[in-house]
Amino acid sequence: MRNFFRVAFLVVRKDMMVEARSLEVLSTTLFFALTVVLVFAFGLVREGRPVDDVAAAILWIATAFSGTLALGRTFERERQADTLRALLLAPADRPAIYAGKLAGMLLLMGLVELVLVPLVGLLFQAPIFNYPWTLVALLVTGTTGFAAVGTLFAAMLVRARSRDVMLPILLYPITVPVMIAGVRGTAAIFQSTPDEPLARFWVALLVFFDVVFVTLALWTFEPVMTE
Amino acid sequence: MSRLNQIELALAGLMLAAAPWVINAAPYESTMGLVQKIFYFHMPSAWLFLIAAIVSGVASAIFLFGKKKNADGWALAAAELAVVFGIITLVTGPLWARKAWGIWWVWDARLTSSLILWMIFVAYLLLRRYGGPGSDKLGAGMALFGLANVPFIFVSVNVWRTLHPQTSVVPTLPVQMGGPLWFCVFAFLLLFLALLSMRARLERHRMRIEDLYLAEDEA
Repeated sequence: MRNFFRVAFLVVRKDMMVEARSLEVLSTTLFFALTVVLVFAFGLVREGRPVDDVAAAILWIATAFSGTLALGRTFERERQADTLRALLLAPADRPAIYAGKLAGMLLLMGLVELVLVPLVGLLFQAPIFNYPWTLVALLVTGTTGFAAVGTLFAAMLVRARSRDVMLPILLYPITVPVMIAGVRGTAAIFQSTPDEPLARFWVALLVFFDVVFVTLALWTFEPVMTE
Repeated sequence: MSRLNQIELALAGLMLAAAPWVINAAPYESTMGLVQKIFYFHMPSAWLFLIAAIVSGVASAIFLFGKKKNADGWALAAAELAVVFGIITLVTGPLWARKAWGIWWVWDARLTSSLILWMIFVAYLLLRRYGGPGSDKLGAGMALFGLANVPFIFVSVNVWRTLHPQTSVVPTLPVQMGGPLWFCVFAFLLLFLALLSMRARLERHRMRIEDLYLAEDEA
């Protein structure tokens, strides 16, 4: 068990070190998230005011889109240098490698959300400090669910043809519950008369989703990554 | 085509040919009238859509964890049938809704979850078709995740909104309506079984030919 966490930690440290030196994924993802927010603003702002309830939707769509971009780039880097093969050849548990990759992805998406949330709050007048902890819980559980499925699929697709197209095609239908729960939960605390119990229900659903899909992914990672 | 498949197909063909008369003989539903009759095709295909999805997910799990190569053929065959029966369900549903609710589509729990499940299996087929080598394992992962997702989709969409008639009406149907319904269910089921086993066998043969080619290349 200690070995599992050690391997996962080493994978995270390696990914973070590579990222800290180039900042490639973080900077492009962050800028892409900004672009998404802007594009949606052009579609959804009328006469200088946003349409009702739009902040939550934009926040989660920007998270999902930029997350997809980050997932693709992280594994593309591993593929170009053929380092994923080296990683898989290492005498370490495959699930531990997956856990490390997932943790790295969560750190990255967390950093992006740190910028994204205040930005959406500012631009769309969303009361992000109404229920800060509920919002954090929604973001953490929602991002975990999205990244848990995304990391597995992105890793599986490394060897596949047309992987750039396949990742969103496979990922979005599976993560529909995350999007619904994230958007509805966030909208519940952003609306003019906040409904916190409803937001809590969605957090509970997301926790359940995370537990099931992280377990399934840890379980499936080994057979799907074996050639 | 095996003897059993021939019998299944012939019987399904006969039953489906007779279905218009059987359905016509059923009494009119008091509030919806003629439109309600689409239900005799809508519900059997919706059931088989779900059954096909379950078969595909379970076969994928067997392929992935049990290392049974044949299971992959069953998973692919079931996924294709899930898409076909899904299309029938998703086309007949809105046709009825246009008359009964006045609009083609509502974002109701059942409609939305059927659409998402259908999209998962379309994505599966796209992956199998364009994913290149190794896409069988990736597909198995996708089908497995898709099946595990069903309860989550259902709960989340259910809280989101609901309008679809409850399935609990089925056992309470009068005999004159229940008879034609079960007739159609049985006909669709025969068709489904025949197509499933034929497609799975085709896939088995294809895999064997591929193995033979590989062996030939190595020799």
